[in-house]
Amino acid sequence: MTDFLDALVLITNFVLVPGVAYGSQLALGALGVTIIYGILRFANFAHGDLMAFGTMVVILFTWWFQSMGVSIAPLPVALLALPIGIAAAIVMSLGTDRLVYRFYRRRRAPSVIYILTSIGVMFVMNGIVRFIIGPNDQRFTDGARFIIKAGEFKKATGLHEGLAIKLTQGLTVLVTLIVVVGLFRFLQKSRTGKAMRAYSDNEDLALLSGVSPERVVFYAWVIAASLAAIAGTASTKVSNHSPIFSCCCRFSPPPLSAASVIHSAPWSAGSSSPFPR
Amino acid sequence: MSFLIGENMTGGYGAADILHGCTIDVELGEIVVIVGPNGAGKSTAMKAVFGMLDLREGSVRLDGDDITRLSPQERVRRGMGFVPQTSNIFTSMTVRENLEMGAYLRDDDYSTTLEQIFELFPILKEKSRQIAGELSGGQRQQVAVGRALMMQPRVLMLDEPTAGVSPIVMDELFDRIIEIRNSGIAVLMVEQNAAQALAIADRGYVLVTGENRFADSGQALLDDPEVRRSFLGG
Repeated sequence: MTDFLDALVLITNFVLVPGVAYGSQLALGALGVTIIYGILRFANFAHGDLMAFGTMVVILFTWWFQSMGVSIAPLPVALLALPIGIAAAIVMSLGTDRLVYRFYRRRRAPSVIYILTSIGVMFVMNGIVRFIIGPNDQRFTDGARFIIKAGEFKKATGLHEGLAIKLTQGLTVLVTLIVVVGLFRFLQKSRTGKAMRAYSDNEDLALLSGVSPERVVFYAWVIAASLAAIAGTASTKVSNHSPIFSCCCRFSPPPLSAASVIHSAPWSAGSSSPFPR
Repeated sequence: MSFLIGENMTGGYGAADILHGCTIDVELGEIVVIVGPNGAGKSTAMKAVFGMLDLREGSVRLDGDDITRLSPQERVRRGMGFVPQTSNIFTSMTVRENLEMGAYLRDDDYSTTLEQIFELFPILKEKSRQIAGELSGGQRQQVAVGRALMMQPRVLMLDEPTAGVSPIVMDELFDRIIEIRNSGIAVLMVEQNAAQALAIADRGYVLVTGENRFADSGQALLDDPEVRRSFLGG
């Protein structure tokens, strides 16, 4: 019996917990890509660098808070900086839309133009981030490191295998759950959410119904940028790797491919996907 | 002076005009049907009246106001409802959400209107939680018409409402359209099923190459031997 429990703990410790935490980050990134795909109808290659940009702002403000001696232990100070990072990502994405994408929207450009444009935007954003914070690893974690420590778990249960859950992993999953439930409720129930789904479903009819495209696009960017900042911060904290990704190749593909899974999943034929097609 | 009139409309999508001085008008509580051969510009005339086409000449007036330069959305606000021929529902949303989207521009409580539409189309109440894309062709058309009625329009414009539905469903849809007319709404529609449509119409227009060829009461057009021979198949 203890062998079985040990095996269960082993797989939980090494597969389940990190897997769920990583999956949560991917889900956050993918939902952002999906929202933009549903409303603006293109795969946004710059989403990964939007994540990096939001994370950078979170790191800078976390450092500033830390230097002032701010602490909310056992929680990490980065949680306080996160809203600022979200706001910065929103400003960045709305600015990009105003400067770049709106021009093509007015021309009703085909989606391949948007995709290529977003690759350009990706390089610019990446350059900005590298210019400000540099390409090196940055540490900004504080607060408690673990919710459950391996040693304590072994002592408490008497098993041979230990189970460790990092605070950042727990926070990531919790934040993802809150955000995903909130987002789905928003899309399903609210007036604006329904307008966004209507616009995604049938653009012309939505216009006939009086839905303002600029408003819908505005909300799409706000949501996508918020998700990007959260996802970027979460993945940097959890995997503890550099937030400044070596260009696109590190960060954009996972959310993009995860988004394609969201779109092609069998249940996306029903109403459970935010933007069924 | 008609309630809605598109007068001497000339224009098209590109360089070539499709409409050549076409005039269409409709009065409150009246069904007006536009019929004509393929490529006559029937749907184009509808789009022109609704502002989805820039006119080079002519004007559109609603209740005496010139609305020629207004956008379609602005016309919806002014009390015009339009049901396109295709893609006229939100296929991924429920029937109820479709109707709610129809009332998107309304700030007041639209539950009474919703009840009225459920009374007019009882099947929609039954299926209100179902995804609209899963409905049959006739039911989809009812959703589409219901969506347009949610704004409580004074003019309802229908582009081939019976396209692709069975004859029984078509009769039923026409019955509903008569009910809508009887509630005082002006109904303007384009129809392929010309004979049946003219039978319920108060007036009809026969359009050929973007011009009015005949304009008369529905019954008179049906009885006109030339119209019968040319457009109604004998």
